[in-house]
Amino acid sequence: MRRITKLAGAMLLMGASAASSGAELNLKLEIPRLDVAEYHRPYVAVWVENQDQSTAAQLAVWYQTDSKKEDGTQWLKDLRQWWRRGGRELQMPVDGVTGATRPVGAHVLTYKGSDKQLATLAPGKYNVVVEATREVGGRELLRLPFEWPGTQKQTATAQGKTELGAITLNVTP
Amino acid sequence: MKTALRAFAVSAALLAPFASHAHKMWLLPSATVSTVDQWITVDAAVSNDLFYFNHVPLRLDSLAITAPDGSKVNAENPFTGKYRSVFDVQLKQNGTYKVALVNNGLFASYEQNGQRKRWRGNAEKFAKEVPADANNLQVSESFGRVETFVTAGKPTETALKPANIGLELIPLTHPNDLYAGEASKFRFLIDGKPAANLDVVVQPGGTRYRNEQEEQKLKTDANGELSVNWPVPGMYWLETGTEDQKTSLKQAKQRRLSYVATFEVLPQ
Repeated sequence: MRRITKLAGAMLLMGASAASSGAELNLKLEIPRLDVAEYHRPYVAVWVENQDQSTAAQLAVWYQTDSKKEDGTQWLKDLRQWWRRGGRELQMPVDGVTGATRPVGAHVLTYKGSDKQLATLAPGKYNVVVEATREVGGRELLRLPFEWPGTQKQTATAQGKTELGAITLNVTP
Repeated sequence: MKTALRAFAVSAALLAPFASHAHKMWLLPSATVSTVDQWITVDAAVSNDLFYFNHVPLRLDSLAITAPDGSKVNAENPFTGKYRSVFDVQLKQNGTYKVALVNNGLFASYEQNGQRKRWRGNAEKFAKEVPADANNLQVSESFGRVETFVTAGKPTETALKPANIGLELIPLTHPNDLYAGEASKFRFLIDGKPAANLDVVVQPGGTRYRNEQEEQKLKTDANGELSVNWPVPGMYWLETGTEDQKTSLKQAKQRRLSYVATFEVLPQ
């Protein structure tokens, strides 16, 4: 009996997000191999965007975090849409969000509705935005629409042309 | 002597822009979106073309840099060359900096012992230096600003507060949050009050590489406000000015007010 009360209390605390706590957002993004003389790994930002383009959730930011090199935070502004939409208000690093730049290849990001990145995301329509910018290279931004948490499994894809490869978003309610 | 003459010409241009219609004054920052502790370098020049130094430098005597907390910051490595002045600023605080040249001065012309004389200075010097028996005395006052804005990290508002003297711009859209394809709103004030029906010119840089000036001619509404559309990303030059009779010296009949700003408009 006591256990049941405790469980009910916990469910009550989770409130509105309880409905989406079992949901999952899975993103597969490819950093393409580029035939360039001077290659640097791209800075990449991934976030959830509201319909008015304001930021609903930060998912990932990959930048130069090596303390032996020049301070990598000075180039975060070059992820210029992310910078404008909230990047400039963050204190780096952000636990669970920021990390080192990643190599060429496919990278999989998975977030559960109960994870802190998505725990406060209200049900509704959003975009996942992926922005990449590279030293002595270009910049590319892709948007993938989805509904959170939705009623059935959703898949969205986008194909980058320069700094990003194929991106696949899967959302399961 | 030549240098002295040139220096006078530049000061005169800065103080009385309407006397030298053709030339544009401007500050050009190396970056407007930055992060704390980074440096910016700024060019200051007068030219017909935007933004190319090919005429005379802007003098830095009246440079006023306001930090995000409202304090004043000194420029580093100031230099004035043949065509431009340059200075550096380290953005030691998070937030928005206002970089401005603020010039307030008096001009007089008169005759003494049959000779035509010219004078410039401030009200205090006027009493000492312009003889009381000057004939055909003509005095005018001038108040001009040339500004630009730079932000480290998150944009802030403190440095943008008006001094409520002369002609000023109040950004209703933050001056470091301007994007191609989005409209931005500005309000103009004269002595702290809305400046209605002000003629404002907005022009994108890069004039050397196109045939048209591509000027936008705008007018402020009853609240002193206007909306600017930025067709393409880049550096833009904005200028406005007017005249009134609100002089600080009773001998001066007319006050010329001018305002210039350089804005960076970012791509989406």
